[in-house]
Amino acid sequence: MKISLTVNGAQRAFDVHPGDTLLEVLRREGYKGVKKGCGAGDCGACAVLLDGRAVNSCLVLAGKADGSEVLTIEGLSKDGALHPLQEAFLDEGAVQCGYCTPGMVIASLDLLTHHPDPSEEEIREGIAGNLCRCTGYTKELRAIQAAAEKMREARHG
Amino acid sequence: MAEERRPAFVVVGKNERKVDGVALVTGKPKFAGDLDLPGTLCVKILHSPHAHARIAEIDTAEAEALPGVACVLTHQNTPLTRYTTAGQGYPEPSPYDARMFDTKVRFVGDRVAAVAAETEEIALEALKKIRVRYEELPAILSVDGALAAGAPIIHDEKDSPGIYDAAKNIAADVDIDVGDVAQGFAESDVIVETVCETQYAQHAPIEPHVVLTNLDEDGRLVIRSSTQVPFHVRRIVARVLDIPLHRIRVIKPRIGGGFGVKQEVLLEDLAALVTLRTGRPALVVLSRQEEFIASRTRHPMRIRVKLGARSDGTLHSLEMEVLSNTGAYGTHALTVLSNVGSKTLPIYNKAKNVHFFGKAVYTNLPVAGAYRGYGATQGYFALETAMDELADGLGMDPLKLRRRNAIRVGESSPIFEKLGEGREGVAQTVKSCGLERAIELGAARIGWEEKRGKRPRQGSRVRGVGMSIHMQGSGIPQIDMAAATVKMNEDGSFNLLIGATDLGTGSDTILAQIAAEILGVPVSKVIVTSSDTDVTPFDTGAYASSTTYVSGKAVERAALAVREQIVQVAAAMLADDGGNLDEARFVLKNERAVAPNGRGVTLAEICQRAMYQTGQFQIAATASFVPDESPPPFMASFAEVEVDTETGRVQVLEYVAAVDCGVAINPKMAEGQVEGSVANGIGFALTEEMLFSSKGRVRNPTLFDYKILGARDVPPIEVILVPSFEPTGPVGAKSVGEIGINGPIPTIANAIHDAVGIRLTKTPFTPERVLDALRARRPG
Repeated sequence: MKISLTVNGAQRAFDVHPGDTLLEVLRREGYKGVKKGCGAGDCGACAVLLDGRAVNSCLVLAGKADGSEVLTIEGLSKDGALHPLQEAFLDEGAVQCGYCTPGMVIASLDLLTHHPDPSEEEIREGIAGNLCRCTGYTKELRAIQAAAEKMREARHG
Repeated sequence: MAEERRPAFVVVGKNERKVDGVALVTGKPKFAGDLDLPGTLCVKILHSPHAHARIAEIDTAEAEALPGVACVLTHQNTPLTRYTTAGQGYPEPSPYDARMFDTKVRFVGDRVAAVAAETEEIALEALKKIRVRYEELPAILSVDGALAAGAPIIHDEKDSPGIYDAAKNIAADVDIDVGDVAQGFAESDVIVETVCETQYAQHAPIEPHVVLTNLDEDGRLVIRSSTQVPFHVRRIVARVLDIPLHRIRVIKPRIGGGFGVKQEVLLEDLAALVTLRTGRPALVVLSRQEEFIASRTRHPMRIRVKLGARSDGTLHSLEMEVLSNTGAYGTHALTVLSNVGSKTLPIYNKAKNVHFFGKAVYTNLPVAGAYRGYGATQGYFALETAMDELADGLGMDPLKLRRRNAIRVGESSPIFEKLGEGREGVAQTVKSCGLERAIELGAARIGWEEKRGKRPRQGSRVRGVGMSIHMQGSGIPQIDMAAATVKMNEDGSFNLLIGATDLGTGSDTILAQIAAEILGVPVSKVIVTSSDTDVTPFDTGAYASSTTYVSGKAVERAALAVREQIVQVAAAMLADDGGNLDEARFVLKNERAVAPNGRGVTLAEICQRAMYQTGQFQIAATASFVPDESPPPFMASFAEVEVDTETGRVQVLEYVAAVDCGVAINPKMAEGQVEGSVANGIGFALTEEMLFSSKGRVRNPTLFDYKILGARDVPPIEVILVPSFEPTGPVGAKSVGEIGINGPIPTIANAIHDAVGIRLTKTPFTPERVLDALRARRPG
């Protein structure tokens, strides 16, 4: 079957099998920033924004996403400029192996879009579905707080 | 402490961004599984459903006939060479008790066959069509069962060298003595004894094992692997598949965490053989379930510690007995067993009488291997629990007891020499030690004085604080070897080629910082290429906390040699000026070489002259380093916990780790190593445990059922980097990758005791175990 998706702003058509997950299709089509850690919705490494909300793409059938808008980590930086979340993850040392990072950044983006000024508890809740085995989350929490501040400043001038 | 010897650094000690960071945060295809090669075959493995069985028959005809199947591998058509999957230096101190495929299976998950097919669906379908007739054998599912008289023999084959006593299921045995412990106990005023047990636990890196192989244009085999040990992979694959080493190139791209589980040659042989048989690229990726059942685990252990002390608190006699479960194969059995003692006992060097002994035994359970902490994690649970009990017995503050007995600068321990990694160790004296200060800073941060023994209660919840102290090592002395090449370019930049393996730790970055510091350039002028056996010089790999200290020293040496060449050229260029051109007093800074008289030339000009103009040569150097010692990093760790006496739930409210790792080359990265390993350790202490059916099958092989901590579960972790300077280390540094993971189990156990007076001796400390212990506690 054919599906149509807007991926990172570009309209694309994909041939998919009925059983294909969105994760499989995105990786097959070259969006390698979408990572597979478990294939069961437990780790969050495959998170993408689907119509503006973070989802585990391993749990979404590609056919069900037909007509949707998808944002992957590859679509986050604009014209070579990193997103404040990406900058903050680098500056705070929140990236170690980097395998969970795309999903973690996507989940954080969802969080900050809906809660521009989250408490630490809200941040912990917001990335609760994204497992990281390297960092202990300490640096991620700081990075997300720092990015939130920058994004609020940018919004209010 | 030797702070006064610490030179002023420009790049070292700065929180530089990771050199691979931008690629990682933008999702660039940097991992082994991200490369699409046309015509790649998908490889899937058939795992044993039985814990112990002989393979009487395998019929692969139906599988091979399935359209889209390229090849099927079994013991009938693969090399029968015995080897160890342990990616260790050669000769490996692990028994050669494995084959690619054997005629016997020894745990649920053992390899039976593999299929390479056009698609994953076809490969999985083909696995179902392989007919196997098993003759089941009685299975051993406990260490006691393995040692029982008349137990079935797991390795009954005759051709596996290196097993200590196969007929008794003993993979490895260690026994060392210092002084006379029996007499030591007789002379002691207070004696305590404790037995602690640790669980089966899995590394669970978020990226599973991935190997992609292909033949290059010249027909050479290229292996891209998520490995911590590319050079060992090349050597072991060459031997197992009987192909010349020079026909193999191993590349380690970015890897998504390892923690020891990728120190194994687990899949490279399979993908490589498929590529050699078919001429096509082959990809094998373990599923999460396979990671749990068929990769590697931490060695579960039962450890007995007996301590004898004088009434003033001085340790006098120390005995540690270890029973380690290595699972179905003996990979890392001997060395992990050795490390239980060698990385714990020297910290209490005041004990004159020490006996360390133990066995690693085979069982028909998943295979244990290398795991961050490497035996020390298990050892410290028992040792630091016993130390707390001893403090109780002496009526002494646990802090004071540890201070009295802990090793200091200028001191040694006979254990360093007696006990190495699977052989004798190397004598050393401690040249940097911030342990005393770490205890002080950590105690202040957690509020030890105010909180200890107070047991504040709110309803059914009671709080307590606990602590423990730790050391690890920095590489394996006189065994590990690292090399580095530094090569200059005419814009004043440098290539840094290192065999060292960055598994997400940031080692590419801190090694670049060392080179940049010495060469007087920013990190952006150091182009790092690592872990490619065709391109980079040798390095044993990323394990045993070796990278910062051992690989770092190789980089320091190579950079110093290049610096010397640069200064020679600079002196020649400035010769016309006259003045003081004492080469020893040149300074490299701000991308210039500056003479003592203040005149200088840019690095770009220097390299342009060397390449194109006068006395032409390539400014470059390769240097190696083999350490003569393994300077321990030290840590004091503290926790405040809350125990719910009604539900049995233990919550860590705050965790403090004060760590001495010498000069922290990149402080945020050093903190990150500790934070991550502490979080993993808290998981061991509270939630992580592989559970087994009565037939030896893992019951919880998912990240849903095997609970690693998420962001909501991890308490605030405060890392304090205690300043020190290691004179033998590169730029004063020691390694820091493993030590943090040793802290949480004993620290939390001791805090639980402070809160509610129970001693938990079996990990993880689940609500059931807490409630059982509370119920079993005698009144009063």
